[in-house]
Amino acid sequence: MTRKRRRLYFVVAGMAVLGLAATLVLMSFEDSLVFFHSPSDLVEKSIPAGRNFRLGGLVEEGSVIKDGVEVRFSVTDLAETVPVVFRGLVPDLFREGQGVVAEGQLNEQGVFIASNVLAKHDENYMPPEVAESLKKAGKWQPKGEKQ
Amino acid sequence: MAIDLHKFANPARFLRITAVIFPWAAALTLLLLGIGLYFALFVSPEDYQQGNTVRIMFVHVPAAWMSMSVYSMMAISAAVGLIWKHPVADLSAKAAAPIGACFTFLALVTGSLWGQPMWGTFWVWDARLTSMLILFFLYLGYMAIWESYDDPSKAAKAAAILVLVGAINVPVIKFSVDWWNTLHQPASVATMDGPKIHSSILTPLLIMGTAYMSLFVTVFIIRVKAEILNRRLRMMRLVQLED
Repeated sequence: MTRKRRRLYFVVAGMAVLGLAATLVLMSFEDSLVFFHSPSDLVEKSIPAGRNFRLGGLVEEGSVIKDGVEVRFSVTDLAETVPVVFRGLVPDLFREGQGVVAEGQLNEQGVFIASNVLAKHDENYMPPEVAESLKKAGKWQPKGEKQ
Repeated sequence: MAIDLHKFANPARFLRITAVIFPWAAALTLLLLGIGLYFALFVSPEDYQQGNTVRIMFVHVPAAWMSMSVYSMMAISAAVGLIWKHPVADLSAKAAAPIGACFTFLALVTGSLWGQPMWGTFWVWDARLTSMLILFFLYLGYMAIWESYDDPSKAAKAAAILVLVGAINVPVIKFSVDWWNTLHQPASVATMDGPKIHSSILTPLLIMGTAYMSLFVTVFIIRVKAEILNRRLRMMRLVQLED
């Protein structure tokens, strides 16, 4: 075996071992690598009241009620829905039917008290006219289907 | 294969070939950047959700693409340098690093400026943003290693190992938005069922992407040439000292 060949095998084997190690580490930390929990996760994992976490999903259509600085809405993943209360300014992209991530905690009644609300954008980009005609043609895909 | 690589590893031949490519690459960069920015800023429509803020994407997304492509190219160069000891391979990785770091920085800054109006925050520690920040630190670490050794061959070896270890981060960046839920949106262009971007927005994006690539080639040629001349100078000085 030439020295070049040996170095080649060494680099390839080294990368394979590193890749494996990285995969194992990332898989075992999966829970802390997710940025938010969906309403379904909440039902599954039963997070106790008073613990801080992020709740993510879609703002349910027709659920937003603005009352002064207080905003009430529901976060849904089309399977489960969680009511949210937030006092403060919501970002520009905060809209019904759009993605949202709220930071805060559940209270005893199962209402999510948000201390911060972030809007989540999706991967679709198009001019307004195209969005309009898609809606008219009935080809508009409801969001959150993948989840 | 080994013979072909040897051809490119010859510094004199590298300089001859790149001298021919350089003016074309430079002209193409100017042309594409001009067309791309004009389309991105004036011709392309507003987005139905983001309005004019979508225009940040034309600078941000190609920068992010380049940050990962340049790093991958450095990793390949470093591996070739480590295994076959080709004289240009290490220099090419070294020359590419600051350019890649600039692209990464640009992606981080423009992303942050987009995030404030759209998400409602400049920064979050989600998997995509964090792995991108790690990429930036990998670039800085790589450049620091080159500076911290007096002997270039030792520096090349240590730096190559860092790049290869850090290469694990590249697929993590790419797939972070699929593996974990993140605040950052999933891929829009390279997806299984085709681009999720309307052609009027996608076209300027792709022109900008090509412009960035061409910009990289242009600056890369200048930097590798400087590295090769630098090494010749060093060799001459060493010879003089021995006399």
